[in-house]
Amino acid sequence: MQVTSRRFKDSAHEALHDKDIQSAFSKVKGGFPVARAKSAGELPEFEDLRDQARDLKNHILENLDYYLEYFEDQVLLQGGRVHWCSSYAEAREVVLDICRDANAKTVTKGKSMITEEMALNEHLSAHGIEPIETDLGEYIIQLAHEHPSHIIAPALHKTKDQVTELFHENHGKYGFTERITDPQALVNEARSILRDKYVNADVGITGANFLIAETGSTVIVTNEGNGDLTQSLPKTHIAVSSIEKVVPTLEDASLFLRLLARSATGQEMSVYTTFSTGPKRMEDIDGPANFHVVLVDSGRSDLLGSDKQDLLRCLKCGACMNHCPVYQAVGGHTYGWVYPGPIGAALNPHMVGLEESRHLPNASTFCGRCEEVCPVRIPLPKIMRHWREQAFETQVTPKPERWGIGIWAFFAKRPKLYRLMTRVSARALKLMAGKKGVIRKLPLMKGWSSVRDFPAPEGTTFMDQWKKQQREGK
Amino acid sequence: MPSRDRIFSRIRHNLGRGPLEGEAAQALKARIEGHAPNIVPKRTNIPHKEQVNLFQAKAEALAATVARISSFDDVPEALRDYLTAHNLATRIKMSPDKSLDSLPFDKTPMLEIKRGAAAPEDEVSLTPAFAGIAETGTLCMASSPETPSTLNFLPENHVVVIKASQITGTLEDSWERLRKTYGAGNLPRTVNFISGPSRTADIEQTLIMGAHGPRRLHILIVDDGPQD
Amino acid sequence: MSAPKEKKNVALFVTCLVDLNRPSVGFAAVKLLEAAGCTIMVPEVQTCCGQIAYNSGDKESAKEIASQVIRAFQGFDYVVAPSGSCAGMVRHHYKELFEGDDTMMVAIEELAGRTYELTSFLHDICGYRPEDVRLDTTLTYHDSCSSLREMKVRDQPRALLGAVEGLEIKEAEDREACCGFGGTFCLKYSEISESMVDTKIENLLASGAGTLAAGDLGCLMNIAGRLKRRGAPMKVMHVAEILAGMGEKPGLGEGDS
Repeated sequence: MQVTSRRFKDSAHEALHDKDIQSAFSKVKGGFPVARAKSAGELPEFEDLRDQARDLKNHILENLDYYLEYFEDQVLLQGGRVHWCSSYAEAREVVLDICRDANAKTVTKGKSMITEEMALNEHLSAHGIEPIETDLGEYIIQLAHEHPSHIIAPALHKTKDQVTELFHENHGKYGFTERITDPQALVNEARSILRDKYVNADVGITGANFLIAETGSTVIVTNEGNGDLTQSLPKTHIAVSSIEKVVPTLEDASLFLRLLARSATGQEMSVYTTFSTGPKRMEDIDGPANFHVVLVDSGRSDLLGSDKQDLLRCLKCGACMNHCPVYQAVGGHTYGWVYPGPIGAALNPHMVGLEESRHLPNASTFCGRCEEVCPVRIPLPKIMRHWREQAFETQVTPKPERWGIGIWAFFAKRPKLYRLMTRVSARALKLMAGKKGVIRKLPLMKGWSSVRDFPAPEGTTFMDQWKKQQREGK
Repeated sequence: MPSRDRIFSRIRHNLGRGPLEGEAAQALKARIEGHAPNIVPKRTNIPHKEQVNLFQAKAEALAATVARISSFDDVPEALRDYLTAHNLATRIKMSPDKSLDSLPFDKTPMLEIKRGAAAPEDEVSLTPAFAGIAETGTLCMASSPETPSTLNFLPENHVVVIKASQITGTLEDSWERLRKTYGAGNLPRTVNFISGPSRTADIEQTLIMGAHGPRRLHILIVDDGPQD
Repeated sequence: MSAPKEKKNVALFVTCLVDLNRPSVGFAAVKLLEAAGCTIMVPEVQTCCGQIAYNSGDKESAKEIASQVIRAFQGFDYVVAPSGSCAGMVRHHYKELFEGDDTMMVAIEELAGRTYELTSFLHDICGYRPEDVRLDTTLTYHDSCSSLREMKVRDQPRALLGAVEGLEIKEAEDREACCGFGGTFCLKYSEISESMVDTKIENLLASGAGTLAAGDLGCLMNIAGRLKRRGAPMKVMHVAEILAGMGEKPGLGEGDS
């Protein structure tokens, strides 16, 4: 997809003045975080599970090659095929080839962030194959020709009225000509249209929440059941996954499953958790005849051994964005690439380049809520700070900012000069404020004064007053 | 260089080592084959009878409905009562599974029973389960020629028959049962864990039931005494 | 040594904002610490903790400033700051700043172990409880992110405020949410910061409290500045001022009158 992270500030401005976006994203904090807190509170082992999950992910990453090879062996043993792809381009070609081999005209798709990264839909469409998103949220934004604004609730930014219009514009050809507004009726309409799509699709493409080395299984987690219909009805099932999703055993998957839904939506388990192992067996009367696993690296392996390796622990639960005040203010699209919120701010610079996305790790107060709720305890603020350091070192940080910090640091390193500077500033600011007690327009600080008054200093610094008191023997 | 090699060489290069061999590899192999449980919630450390009650309570909290019956012979009538109560079609698509062979449908002549995988026109399915997980009120379904997995998803109404003895405590218990049945390292083609009926909150974060999978999930627990 | 054994030798880390903007917070801290049985020193070479440089990616400047802090606060039993943010910088981030530098690490670990945020120091280490302090008002307390999440300060200021006679605490909704200050964040991303501080202010005002207190001057200046701009009537004070019996003085942005 087109990267628009460079426009972060402009996009933020637009989002902050968009009533629908404001209403949609301000609602987040009353929903997911409340539910998460409740379900975490109901499981006494929750914090211990988080520690163990962090440690297990670290163990997996340290032995990633071994577990991937083990996984591959098991997939082959079960009659599936494994495709290794270094880049998005390669992964797109591999999927296209499989679809062509299946003579596919339409493919149904379960929700998958890696295929968003790859821009798979655009590629299939360009080659005459129609991809149909089946997760309701993904379906809605596909109709609107947009991208997800949340990794587990992709159409979060869409209002019910917008969905009504989208369905009205697009569903006429299926005989649905009435404009409907009731959410249940909207869901029913989409349900009945997608039913035929599942049955008639030639290929079903899903992502994977986990890959199980022990059994060669791919795992998807959904609430709607769309992923299961996608992968069980067509003749060919393609599971596309990034390489870090492998876990050693079924017991290990259980550990992550206990954290995943609770962290995401506050559910103890999502409605459907499905382990798929190979194609249909000899006597089976349903299931896909062909089972392909497409494993995509595209930059993941370069995070190993780096100061940002911890990012590879991510379970893609969305808890960090659900709890992020910046995300709640500006919404998901403002981030300008696939991953919004804190995980995007920490990951996207690696995936799309720091120069393109330098605003993302900067647009954080380091309030720390994301790290506090991350099920695998990714130190997101720390990684954002590493990006800031890298931006500063490589002069990606704009000059005025660098100079500002430089001047501040110059004084801060010289206590005597610093005293003089603060003495003068305290007096000058106090004079500027006069009796009002605030300064409405602070020189050189437009960012402050465009939003707030500046509470005026008392006039004499603490250090000067303290010294005077000490001298006077108080 | 083929991509597979490139990916593995990058992983190893960045981890600062070569391929894992000898003892290191043996230890990882043993870890997989040992498949030791991680921290398991203590919630289900209770007698089996209470596990069954917990399963029911959890499933109901997920918007499934549960009925307790005393034997398999009661299934047809319980099914009929459920369909009547919800004004549902009486044509049933049932798993072609041995465990359901003996159901006395002669008691309920109004029910029309067909066996096989799901077709788009099927409105009600009747299936067995592989296990029930008390921890979260979750059903564990294992696919086979006798238990096609499409029956779990395509019809709007899914009725599941499970023996109380099939209800276990945790996910880990179900893995052990699967290994016992299918052998270590093997799973049936599809293992579905089902926790309540299908739902979505994709329109303005409003919860709506019946997104793509079944709108209704009804579980018949057959009280067959103690656990297997 | 003539001082009685239990007298704690405390160095006050004034912090740059208190020094420049609201010295009375520093004097309130001194008063409270003395009442809690401490001997107070104010090392002269202190300026700031280096967090502005650190969070802006200027690691080298941050290290130089941190080294200065480490030297300035050698030899005291405790270092106490009327700020969770600055104390958090010293306690948690200096280690990251000097990662791999074993010679510095000893001094850093040692300093980190005796550095505290003011209210938690008074409550947890000194077992202090304000006596004969009265303030007849309703008050809501804002948890600064670094106090709350880095320094685990939540109940201590509330316990201390609970001992102030006449004071009624009214908790605000979503009290763990950030106010949108974030150091240079509020300058660089002022529109996002505006949205965050407005959300915060709506919750604070809805609490019905007449006064807002917090333990970090950054948050307070941000919130007070926005309240003033919006013309919203809420008095803003540092928690130390209230505890030290200085609650009657004008709040932030109210001038001398």
